Amino acid sequence: MQDGRFTLPEQDLNREPFAHRPPDFRQKSEVMITDRGYKCRITNIVPLSVHERLFQLRIVDPAERELFRFRPGQFLMLEVPGYGEAPISISSSTSNREFIELCIRQAGHVTSALFEAQPGALVSIRGPFGTSFPMESMQGGDVLLVAGGLGIAPLRAPLYWINDHRDHYRDVRFLYGAKQPSELLFTYQFDEWKTVSHIDLHAIVERPDENWKGRTGMITALLDDIAIDPENTWAIVCGPPLMFKFACSHLDGIGIPMNRMFVSLERRMHCGMGKCCRCMVGSTFTCLDGPVFDYWSVINLKEAI
Amino acid sequence: MIYKVISKSEFTAFIDAIVKANNAYGPRRVDSDRNGEPIYKFMPVASADEIAFDYTATHFSAKQFFLPFREELSHFSFDEQDNWEQHIRYEAPPTLLFGLRPCDISAVNILDDVMLRGPYPSPYYLARRRNTFIIGMDHLPLPDCFCKSMNRHTVSHGFNLFCSDIGDSYYLSINSSKAFTFLKEFELRNPTPEDDCLLIERRKLIKQSFLTNIEVTGLPLFLDIEFDSPIWEKWGDKCLNCGTCAMVCPTCYCYSVEENFDIDLKGSSRHNRLYSCNLVDFAEVAGGHNFRPRNGDRLKYRYYHHYRGFSANDNQQICVGCNRCGRACLAGINPKDVINDLRLERETCKTGDSPSPNRT
Repeated sequence: MQDGRFTLPEQDLNREPFAHRPPDFRQKSEVMITDRGYKCRITNIVPLSVHERLFQLRIVDPAERELFRFRPGQFLMLEVPGYGEAPISISSSTSNREFIELCIRQAGHVTSALFEAQPGALVSIRGPFGTSFPMESMQGGDVLLVAGGLGIAPLRAPLYWINDHRDHYRDVRFLYGAKQPSELLFTYQFDEWKTVSHIDLHAIVERPDENWKGRTGMITALLDDIAIDPENTWAIVCGPPLMFKFACSHLDGIGIPMNRMFVSLERRMHCGMGKCCRCMVGSTFTCLDGPVFDYWSVINLKEAI
Repeated sequence: MIYKVISKSEFTAFIDAIVKANNAYGPRRVDSDRNGEPIYKFMPVASADEIAFDYTATHFSAKQFFLPFREELSHFSFDEQDNWEQHIRYEAPPTLLFGLRPCDISAVNILDDVMLRGPYPSPYYLARRRNTFIIGMDHLPLPDCFCKSMNRHTVSHGFNLFCSDIGDSYYLSINSSKAFTFLKEFELRNPTPEDDCLLIERRKLIKQSFLTNIEVTGLPLFLDIEFDSPIWEKWGDKCLNCGTCAMVCPTCYCYSVEENFDIDLKGSSRHNRLYSCNLVDFAEVAGGHNFRPRNGDRLKYRYYHHYRGFSANDNQQICVGCNRCGRACLAGINPKDVINDLRLERETCKTGDSPSPNRT
């Protein structure tokens, strides 16, 4: 016997009036459908090495394409429907509003599913999420980019940014290390970066093959080669955890201030929105407070590298 | 807040009426443990007779009503042309929860901070929270409760109605218009000075009944400087990595996002599943690198999260002191012992020279 006088009314939140609008990720204060992704078509797949490919995506809906803006260093959640989501850093130019490029290594089951995909397949992206490299603050200074292996993926956006605003920066150096010459990514762009962008590019490998003519050794060896003006240099470091440790302490020894050294950390985000805690570093979230941290935060936070 | 007093028989009639009219959950005795002590659980109730009004504490917290163990976030339906559509629903039917303890309600308030503040509030949580009617009840603490140490033995918001037992009647704190409207149909009286005295006596009694106390002041600092302490190794060796503590905890909210194909392969659903930071693969990244490879690292992380707090909720401690994790732990790890161990380590530490009394 149900008495209507004592029945709780249904709250009208169940259907938000904005539920049919595309979410605006810049307008962060209102409740939004954070799990709605932008539908994307894979327009091109470029093999880079044995395990890495460059995926070019285009957001299908023109209105959503207009909404999607990001800054260098941010990441997005790439969804392969049926297989799941993976956090991927954006490697394309921020001024390229038509296509999004993602440099992806085949590592888990989401990326393995993606590697099966052919151009034309539809995937979904959410984002962009996270902090970015302070490119505006670096204006007028030297920029030193240090990448190891796949660490070039998040650095490609700052490289494009520098190319777009080359006169804002003084000397730009890019040091890139990998285990083998075959693992160097984007080698086809090296000449473009050197001659068009006037970036002083140095590559180094640990295990050379017979065709390798460049330097051999660890990435820190390259740091000894170049003259760095610590007063006016901004550093961006990205690579495997061990490389962070050596490269950052080396740069710290040269005298680059901690708040001018930036690293991009890698964790396995599940939500991207600071809820699931899977990407916690010490007491902060890699997805909200990172992935770009300055070196002070990195040594201040527990278990960061 | 409006305060009223209701007699116990009238209160039972009120509970019976709202329980019958709604999708209601309340504490029920479901089994006995090996010592013959009753085991209580929040279960669907159809009338007031089924509710254990004098229950002690439930093994599972009320978290399950706000953060279900498994919840669909979105659904993808595939069509013939390799195209797909994403569907998102966040609906929650109106639910009535009866008999939450102050610590449980505090836990919900903490979850509010975590899930609803910040740049990306969770609509799934908000739908459930807005559609849940909470009736709280105070109780005398169990011997191992330490919510007074966490300052969570009283609660001032986050409920619709809170009742304190003052002998032959209940002292009601009415915190919502809905609750007030329901109560209009029943015989209430304004609290007399005697009722107020009885309430204060009751509060005092509860406060004095705590047998377990943990000193938590300054704990964030200790946790920071003891980050490499051998204590974590010691307790980590006992830990079985089963994740039970996180499942029963009223504030553990970490989750993983998973995706599965539907059985007919015509769609797939993305859902979240509550996870525990004690599980081995919690901090594992692609390629197999684990940022917290040892038991001690993971145990430490849970304590770090609970007693130091994270930036998401202004670094406030999220433990409410219900000791459900301590009771449920198969290896006998409980927060009291771990924290006392940690404090002991720090307070008995000696340096070669005694500290200088000179404060200049």
